[in-house]
Amino acid sequence: MIDPFYPAVLVLVILICLCFIRLFLGPTAGDRVIAVDTVNTLTVASLVILGLIYREVIFIDVAIVYALLSFVSTLYIAKYLGGEL
Amino acid sequence: MIAFILTFFLSLFVYLVLTAGSGNLGLWSASELTAGVVLSLVTAAVARNFLCRARNYRMANPLRFLLIPVYIIGPFFIEVIKANLDVAYRVITMRIRPGIIRVSSDLKSDLGIFMLANSITLTPGTITVDIDEDTHDLYIHNINVGEGDEAKPVIRDHELFSLANLPRWIRRIAE
Amino acid sequence: MIAEWIIIIFLAIGVIFNTLGVIGLLRFPDLYTRMHATTKATTFGSVFTTLAVIVYSISLYMSTIDSQFIVLGVHALIAALALAFTNAVSSHAIARAAHRSGVLPSPAVVDRLKEAGR
Repeated sequence: MIDPFYPAVLVLVILICLCFIRLFLGPTAGDRVIAVDTVNTLTVASLVILGLIYREVIFIDVAIVYALLSFVSTLYIAKYLGGEL
Repeated sequence: MIAFILTFFLSLFVYLVLTAGSGNLGLWSASELTAGVVLSLVTAAVARNFLCRARNYRMANPLRFLLIPVYIIGPFFIEVIKANLDVAYRVITMRIRPGIIRVSSDLKSDLGIFMLANSITLTPGTITVDIDEDTHDLYIHNINVGEGDEAKPVIRDHELFSLANLPRWIRRIAE
Repeated sequence: MIAEWIIIIFLAIGVIFNTLGVIGLLRFPDLYTRMHATTKATTFGSVFTTLAVIVYSISLYMSTIDSQFIVLGVHALIAALALAFTNAVSSHAIARAAHRSGVLPSPAVVDRLKEAGR
């Protein structure tokens, strides 16, 4: 059986590169924030799969902390955009 | 004081789940257990006013918070699958009719409004945009407003969900 | 053998829905409809790829009795929960901030929030 995890990670990395198009084009700042949020989600998903491929639990711990930190940074950017900061 | 104890046990539980399988004393080693108790005491002393801000301890009943996994695996997951098939259809065909509508609900507690807003965001082609703090009404961006719905000033919450009555489940859990 | 097919099906579902989310991010006309695509489809796809990882770690634990794989599965489950929970809240925050900063939904049949004057 061919290991199906390598092509999945490859597709996820290509999708991250496609998100950069919206990050470059986006007419408003909100579109760019959405693109960054999508990049963070896809990065967490690919980190979890890479942790299984290399048999390293530390990758998944890094993924958890990455998800929580990106949540906090998105909340602060949203507060700045809404004029509450 | 009750808020302090609840915060202590919640943070200790999260620490023990994250470090399970580290030793031979049960599942944990002795040093991990000691570090977990000390860190949970510090966390509870710092953050005791943030967890139970409304001084409302109904969620400490185990029957209520054991219903939350049942809710997520059962009716919520069915609605999520249906919503994702709907979004996939709209991405491919671009047949959209967006608009912001106003939805009223009977839920009064903070946790109930929070769970309803998150369920609406993840399920039926809608995202929550804003909340009226006084009347607990939600302003919702719907990707496909039904025919005639744009004329009504207020829509009831259970009309949004078609397969399962999620507001009744949330009322059973959080009210 | 059954576990392998379950893993392949879960990974296929996850990758397909992630692709649909990114295509929606590139295709839809305004901010709120783009947020529909990214929030729902990307969260669903990432949760399914993580479920594939959990199933594979359980099957590895069945064949080799090594507690490292159970630790890996539990941590992956926590990562999936954190992902699903934080995505919903952050999309709500972005939508509220965008509406406050003056970005209105451009093709819209009705806008009750603007009529309420907030």
